[in-house]
Amino acid sequence: MIFLILVRRDLSLALRQPGALLLPVVFFILVAALFPFAVGPDARLLARIAPGVVWVAALLASLLPVETLVAPDVADGTIDQIVVRGIALETWAAARLVAHWLGFALPLLIALPVAAVLLGLPALGPLALGLALGTPALAALPLLAASLTAGLRGGGALTGLIVVPLALPVLIFGVADAPGALRLLAASSLVIVALTPFAAAAALRAAD
Amino acid sequence: MHRFANPARFLRIARVLTPLLTLVGVAVTAVGLWIGLFASPPDYQQGESVRIMYVHVPAAWLASGGYFGVALASAVSLVWRHPLASIAARAIAPVGALFTAICLVTGSLWGKPTWGTYWVWDARLTSMLVLLFLYLGYLALANAEDERGGGSGGDPGQAKGAAILALVGVVNLPIIKFSVEWWHTLHQGPSITLTKSTIDPAMLLPLLLSLGGFTLIFGGVVLMRMRAALARTRSAARGRRLAEAYA
Repeated sequence: MIFLILVRRDLSLALRQPGALLLPVVFFILVAALFPFAVGPDARLLARIAPGVVWVAALLASLLPVETLVAPDVADGTIDQIVVRGIALETWAAARLVAHWLGFALPLLIALPVAAVLLGLPALGPLALGLALGTPALAALPLLAASLTAGLRGGGALTGLIVVPLALPVLIFGVADAPGALRLLAASSLVIVALTPFAAAAALRAAD
Repeated sequence: MHRFANPARFLRIARVLTPLLTLVGVAVTAVGLWIGLFASPPDYQQGESVRIMYVHVPAAWLASGGYFGVALASAVSLVWRHPLASIAARAIAPVGALFTAICLVTGSLWGKPTWGTYWVWDARLTSMLVLLFLYLGYLALANAEDERGGGSGGDPGQAKGAAILALVGVVNLPIIKFSVEWWHTLHQGPSITLTKSTIDPAMLLPLLLSLGGFTLIFGGVVLMRMRAALARTRSAARGRRLAEAYA
């Protein structure tokens, strides 16, 4: 099964460079730790804004690995090999999405308790569940942006502009603690995940 | 539609339509705004500040209409490889973004006397702000692609990444709009929703006139930009030919 082979390849490549996996997580904690300095150490205020801070930190951290998602595979000819062998680029994009989600979301969820302690978050469970449901979209949108900007000069600066407006529903439903928010979060995340392999593959096909 | 695929035929039609749309649009807008600003009654609640509506509402309509125009032209350019559609999408986007900005600024100016503040996180304002960000992302990507020298044909204005982004954006637009409205009702009560009562005919006439006038101007400006883009491509091609001839 070519899909699983691609996922395993991406995962083993990612594990060879643990530093690249840790970087977004360190950045995530850094942003979470920045807020108490900015708004003051008042525990009640921090606990109130903590879910929003965690989501914003996760969204910003998701923008960091953009340069490593598509550009290396374009540069070393992997994409050309995939195309030459008649493998659909959609398969490649879906495999990259799964592998990137595992490499991005799992360390983030492990680091979540640290951020929760720093911000004095009362209940960890709902936020962890929300992040688990929302991170597929936070993995997919940077992949889409990376495919669209592959081979463009200064593409990295564009990704924020591309990702942030599209990530807004995930952010809104992720932070809200109203009934039904988790389902809407899962739904909007699912739409983005379902759309991304096709859009990313079309963008890669158009780029060469 | 394929009848207009030929740029020469398009240019012949556009040469006539551009001044026609622009001049008629300016005339209709002038009449509509004159009635709206001087001859129509002030609102019984909002007073004179209601008159900004005659600019604000057309801007809002052209902002969202423009984005759907960009997405439609992008779909046509992706499916049928229509060279004019790609140029049309790039021509519409900056104009639509400008009207989005006009809509936000006029809404903000209207909000100061009416709500007492320039900005509230109202659902409609927020959706408009997100629409502006979507426009800016599209424009940034389209510019970066054109700078690189366009798509596989090497023709600037024909790269496909921006078109794909426009389609992704238009799929997500209803979700974004729904999420913003849902978020708004969750965060603050309906204290500042503007209850739109049935509009008085004395206000409806100037509103419709300025709506039609601004739309005509929009069409004229888009045609102007398309003609300019085609002329740029032609002069670049001529420059290349001359350079080859003298080389």
